[in-house]
Amino acid sequence: MALESAVIQQKVIDQFGLKVADFVQLHDILTFEVAPDAILEVMKYLKEDEILRFNFLTDVCGVHYPEYAEERQFAVVYHLHNWVDNVRIRIKSFLPASNPEIDSVVPLFLGANWMERETYDFFGIIFKGHPQLKRILNMDEMTVFPMRREFPLEDGGRTDKDDRFFGRTQQNC
Amino acid sequence: MSDTSKYTMAEAPAGYAGEGFFATKLSDVVGLARANSLWPLPFATSCCGIEFMATMASHYDVARFGSERMSFSPRQADMLLVMGTIAKKMAPILRQVYEQMAEPKWVIAVGACASSGGVFDTYSVLQGIDKVIPVDVYVPGCPPRPEQILDGVMRLQDIVKSESVRRRSSDEYKDLLGSYNIK
Amino acid sequence: MSELLLPPEQRYASVINQRRNEDGSELSILNLGPTHPATHGIFQNILLMDGERILDGESTVGYIHRAFEKIAENRPFYQITVLTDRLNYCSAPINNMGWWMTIEKALGIEVPKRVQYMRVIVMELARIADHIICNSVLGVDTGALTGFLYVFQFREKIYEIYEEICGARLTTNMGRIGGFERDWSPAVWSKIDAFLEEFPAAWQEFENLLVRNRIFMDRTINVGPISAEKAMSYGFTGPNLRAAGIDYDIRVAQPYSSYEDFEFDIPVGKSGDTYDRFCVRNAEIWESLKIIKQALAKMPEGNFHADVPEYYLPPKEDVYTTMESLIYHFKIVMGEIPVPLTEVYHPVEGGNGELGFYLITDGSRTPYRLHFRRPCFIYYQAFNDMVRGQNLSDAIATLSSLNVIAGELDA
Repeated sequence: MALESAVIQQKVIDQFGLKVADFVQLHDILTFEVAPDAILEVMKYLKEDEILRFNFLTDVCGVHYPEYAEERQFAVVYHLHNWVDNVRIRIKSFLPASNPEIDSVVPLFLGANWMERETYDFFGIIFKGHPQLKRILNMDEMTVFPMRREFPLEDGGRTDKDDRFFGRTQQNC
Repeated sequence: MSDTSKYTMAEAPAGYAGEGFFATKLSDVVGLARANSLWPLPFATSCCGIEFMATMASHYDVARFGSERMSFSPRQADMLLVMGTIAKKMAPILRQVYEQMAEPKWVIAVGACASSGGVFDTYSVLQGIDKVIPVDVYVPGCPPRPEQILDGVMRLQDIVKSESVRRRSSDEYKDLLGSYNIK
Repeated sequence: MSELLLPPEQRYASVINQRRNEDGSELSILNLGPTHPATHGIFQNILLMDGERILDGESTVGYIHRAFEKIAENRPFYQITVLTDRLNYCSAPINNMGWWMTIEKALGIEVPKRVQYMRVIVMELARIADHIICNSVLGVDTGALTGFLYVFQFREKIYEIYEEICGARLTTNMGRIGGFERDWSPAVWSKIDAFLEEFPAAWQEFENLLVRNRIFMDRTINVGPISAEKAMSYGFTGPNLRAAGIDYDIRVAQPYSSYEDFEFDIPVGKSGDTYDRFCVRNAEIWESLKIIKQALAKMPEGNFHADVPEYYLPPKEDVYTTMESLIYHFKIVMGEIPVPLTEVYHPVEGGNGELGFYLITDGSRTPYRLHFRRPCFIYYQAFNDMVRGQNLSDAIATLSSLNVIAGELDA
């Protein structure tokens, strides 16, 4: 029998109460929000519970929402997959801009290692307890976190491009 | 015995031929020899590298142009083929490989990324390898077809053939390398 | 000469001094990559070696980081296929189709059965092309260049089919939202038929050359193995996971583009070693051929694109002659099409595993955030675990059989 979204929702709420919120079905995936301090417990529960069995971490990524309130500017999005019942869920955890810190899930899933490093590299989100949290794709010398939305796509130091010929100003590029 | 008529000989340079002798310029002979035995160093980083694999394989066969032996050691290569995006993290390595090559050395920038950064006009990509090393031939395309890569090799052969044997010790050449801070 | 040396904290001498063998003999450090020819792409592995044996290793990646996700936030939806091409460039059409399916899911577009079948054909051809490269290059790395030269010809044939469909060989940029840019010409169908005719014999010969070859077996069996539990924990998907014995395939687990209509098996291995990975990819090629044949046989009648004028670019000649087409063309190009606020995750079975697109829209013409779940990136972190205790030459074979594509790894 397939694992119903309602069952997942009920079980998670029963276990964690106010630490989980905002359950919504987006297309085929149940999405909900978890308080950052509970992420490791929730993931452990989802992985080890006999009914839920979310045994596979599909993906970890970050999102930056500069227009949101200060304490919800960064989000870490986890996709989990139950291979037995073939059900996916998406977990979001919002973090404050001043102190984006969350527990690492490497103790549960070895594969989270590089995914979290990538998220750190792009957004500067600190994963507490990560075995080796350093930049992975960008150069070690880089000082900014390039996927934050205020950071421009193009290299600012370019001299071979005259913005006038591209119809661009400082505002629109 | 195989049929020798299938093979084309490299064309002899202009000169005076007589009975038992042939007189021509030394630089022409050196150029002829160099142009027809360019040992490539494939510096393949991404998609263009796969097209280079196709160029190497039986269908296109770059060996027909004297480049049979892929030289993965920069010390024994004449022609550096830079294929694919060079990120800023990669740039010092590319430069080091170039510096390790022995003179005379030539560079072909294969594909849009190596030539100009291509579609990746971003903070992490070097906007053309000519920012760090001098380039002789640019091959356009994203990725170029194997025919285009072969054409690039042939254009380079033309350059090599006509290059003076003294060019590498000239002041202009030293200035060129100096402008890239290569000693 | 002192300026040539690295600064002390980056020097490996201290590591070597700290860790010695029990008998006091020294270990050595080997830098494999980033330009080593055997790495097939640019990533660095710093290996701590005891003679030929690898004790430990560390990987550095990011040497062709091109900031795909950042570019994607600045490009309209229909310009993002160009980026997906360059992820896993050995099987670009799978990435293209995966992206179109993601955006169609977000917009709620239903595509005709015919388009779905055509996509299946293209994706399976791409899978064959991908596995040809991986397996023949594994042959090269274990000393058999002939196989590579022999089967690469058939990659050329697949390129020719792509060329007939979309005009490009490697980075195809194929398709549109809702279907294909044009109907397939008769030449496409005849080329596919010719390919199906010629390829199996050649591939059989390639298999015969390697599968029971003593040298090849000695070089690959028990080389770079990974257990099923560990592979799962590391986030393995695709052929590498199946070689470890788990029959997880998205084409079956979560069928997209009508994969449920076709009969095929999921080949699995047992020990997750290099030989099993090779055999699984070989078997997948046969399965792909089966799928293509079924799709050709069952190909439904219909249009080559969905009837969604507000998203599907009209043909150019109509833009010049009819008003609706001109309006839609303008609206699509200027980004005035309605896009719902939503979040979508769409996985497809890429050449290397689960290629996922996580898209967040904000109603504008560009994604708010687009994250690519890149299988290579996720499973390459297991490499050091897999080669620990093995010989250096085994590490090369392992790396080759994992089919790590630098473009996909580094995004």
